[in-house]
Amino acid sequence: MRLKLRIWRQSGTSGEFRDYDATDVSEDMSFLEMLDELNERLIESGEEPIAFDSDCREGICGMCSLIIDGRAHGPELGTATCQLHMRKFHDGQQITIEPWRARAFPVVRDLVVDRSPLDRIIEAGGFISVPTGSAPEANDVPVPKEAAEAAMDAASCIGCGACVAACPNGAAQLFTSAKVAHLNLLPQGAPERDSRVVGMVDTMEHFFGSCTNHGECEKACPKEISIDFIALMNRDYVRAKFSNRALAGRH
Amino acid sequence: MERSREGLEKALSEIPVLREEFHKDVRVLGGDEQLNQSLEKAGRVSDFLEFSELMCADALHREESCGGHFRVESQTDEGEALRDDEHFAYAAAWEFNGVGSPESLHKEPLDFENVQLAQRSYK
Amino acid sequence: MTDVSTGGASGTGAPDPALDSKIPDGPIADKWENHKFDLKLVNPANKRKFTVIIVGTGLAGAAAAASLGELGYNVKAFCYQDSPRRAHSIAAQGGINAAKNYRNDGDSVHRLFYDTVKGGDYRAREANVHRLAEVSVDIIDQCAAQGVPFAREYGGLLDNRSFGGAQVSRTFYARGQTGQQLLLGAYQALARQIDAGTVEMFSRTEMLDLVMKDGRAVGIVVRDLVTGDVSSHSGHAVVLGTGGYSNAFFLSTNAKGCNVTAAWRAHRKGAYFANPCFTQIHPTCIPASEEFQSKLTLMSESLRNDGRIWVPGDSGDERAAIEIPPDERDYYLERRYPAFGNLVPRDVASRAAKLEVDRGRGVGSKKNGVYLDFADAISRLGRDTIEEKYGNLFQMYERITGEDPYAQPMRIFPALHYTMGGLWVDYDLMSTIPGCYVVGGGKFLRSRRQPPGRVRSHAGPGRRILRPAVHDLRLPGRSAR
Repeated sequence: MRLKLRIWRQSGTSGEFRDYDATDVSEDMSFLEMLDELNERLIESGEEPIAFDSDCREGICGMCSLIIDGRAHGPELGTATCQLHMRKFHDGQQITIEPWRARAFPVVRDLVVDRSPLDRIIEAGGFISVPTGSAPEANDVPVPKEAAEAAMDAASCIGCGACVAACPNGAAQLFTSAKVAHLNLLPQGAPERDSRVVGMVDTMEHFFGSCTNHGECEKACPKEISIDFIALMNRDYVRAKFSNRALAGRH
Repeated sequence: MERSREGLEKALSEIPVLREEFHKDVRVLGGDEQLNQSLEKAGRVSDFLEFSELMCADALHREESCGGHFRVESQTDEGEALRDDEHFAYAAAWEFNGVGSPESLHKEPLDFENVQLAQRSYK
Repeated sequence: MTDVSTGGASGTGAPDPALDSKIPDGPIADKWENHKFDLKLVNPANKRKFTVIIVGTGLAGAAAAASLGELGYNVKAFCYQDSPRRAHSIAAQGGINAAKNYRNDGDSVHRLFYDTVKGGDYRAREANVHRLAEVSVDIIDQCAAQGVPFAREYGGLLDNRSFGGAQVSRTFYARGQTGQQLLLGAYQALARQIDAGTVEMFSRTEMLDLVMKDGRAVGIVVRDLVTGDVSSHSGHAVVLGTGGYSNAFFLSTNAKGCNVTAAWRAHRKGAYFANPCFTQIHPTCIPASEEFQSKLTLMSESLRNDGRIWVPGDSGDERAAIEIPPDERDYYLERRYPAFGNLVPRDVASRAAKLEVDRGRGVGSKKNGVYLDFADAISRLGRDTIEEKYGNLFQMYERITGEDPYAQPMRIFPALHYTMGGLWVDYDLMSTIPGCYVVGGGKFLRSRRQPPGRVRSHAGPGRRILRPAVHDLRLPGRSAR
């Protein structure tokens, strides 16, 4: 099939849309393979190829991005761009491709953005402090199956930033709450539960916009992370603000 | 999934030609003072083109089959991998001598004192 | 070296003086303990005077960086991705092996050691493999404590599953995303050290060269991929954890960015490269489609636990899989390897599949695959159980092929996956360049852990300071995807 592509090109601080024709697109191609082919052609014709991020191309590393026709990771729910295939599009379709749009994610070039504020959130508490060698025997701390499953649901976040890109406010609540919930739901994460949520939320607020419950993040998430985790994070945050941490060992 | 002397010798004769062609024809658009993914790829391909020659040379020298390295010349009657412990129970460590020059082979003998050498069988 | 007839084998002449593997003396089970005691310690007050450079932030690199930072060394870590959390360890699916013997099925450190030496087809260094088996149990403890959400049983204890090449159940897993969860654990530990100021992190930065002085590695030259700036960083030790070289092949399962550059440039500076021909073919990947395909996608090997592999008995059979009656199917692995069946190691399963396709019994429009069928498992365990175990893999398969694996068998074919060759290292994980250490997939795994998995220890005792931290997946026996 043939497609008309409108792609954001940016080098430096300002950019513009440019039009490209993609010919001979097979429906078995992934979206990124379609761009690979276009880039091959651009190089042949002496035009600089379009810069975009991708790495594993298995939907797990979270490196790929792209706003496709206004939707983060494109039209297919629960799917990262690298796993999106051209059979979801039709011959003659016009497709607009943009980078993640969020104030916290400045464009590096073309479709590549800087998502490092997400790393800052993790550094502010998204871990359990266990120096190498100090861990107890693994089965000494049983974890109820349901808790492990819920933690795993949250932990499946790939850190791509689609939730931020989809949010009208550029908020990072879904990302942050998934990371908070992953650890706060586990008994191993309990000792740092309060300091974790406060550190991560405060850092998030520093870089990102505020949540006003649009719910676009959940829709855009390639791992279909539930917005319920935001409620859990808010509850933990309020609790942490009011609790006396010296008494945390009493229950 | 299998390698033969013939195929490896063919690869070894073609890789230097490919490498030369690559360096002659490589075309990297854009500059080196900003994100330039073509430049990143070009550097990596150039290393792979040097490395792959060593990989083939190593495969050619190891005239036994073991695990994923299957030399068609070394198989059992049933088509399973046939190791040659007498000649190849060593790690082959190669020393670089310049691009295009054969590398020098150093051998670290592998001694099996705790696990008896045996032909694997999963039957 | 011993004579072949007595079971030692090498037949390679005198040991090469350039390759001192520094294997500690003593019985195999005591070597690591003794070695740790014999290593010189560094006074805590002096640790901050040493800088360690770590290239790569996968399981090996991130764990090494975090562990060394915790100990008080100055660490500089580098990765080409935009965040250390994206290294390709993240794509490992199946699980991580450890000799916990939680199943009471006869597992032990010695059995894991034995299985790994055997699975590696006797081309691994015994002492390193034994250390790998020993630390495997600590790694599970470390990961669980760090919040890796491993699968649990109803009683809250850790669950296990079996993997190719093993007859005991010793694989710990987090759905089909074990690598992701282990890497996130290592990355979180790294993030903690970045926040503490012990680790300085350089993302989107690629190593260009190793800096040498008087025959020692004393630093690296890197390029900032965003600004293009080239700079050099000096350190008392350089640790390369830069992964394998499968992308030397036209198609592989590796991430697009995986490359051999750091290892190769160290090789050009004098680090010997060991066993580069040892590459692993993974038996369960989605068959290639067309020329435009950018990479191959792997389906976790854990699927072989519940899936049965077969091809039509008749090479001309054009019927859909579900229309072929059981007695006209050839479950060739179960037929040829009755003891291990569908769980034979990766190399054996891969070659067997190739043989069937070469015979013209391949399936799919290109006749380039074999079936991996879950119909029996679904009727025995129920669709829900299968979905819980492998849901994300089934979903991935459906996205790529447009076929529903619950309703018809998957089509699979082997693909280039892991590499066991790498820079030669001694027992301390030091290359032939003093001061240059190699961890994870970038070093040769003294075990060409062939198909089964690969051996790799990881953050071993490099420079007498590294400690085994998280050792990576696919470790001992097959584990890994």
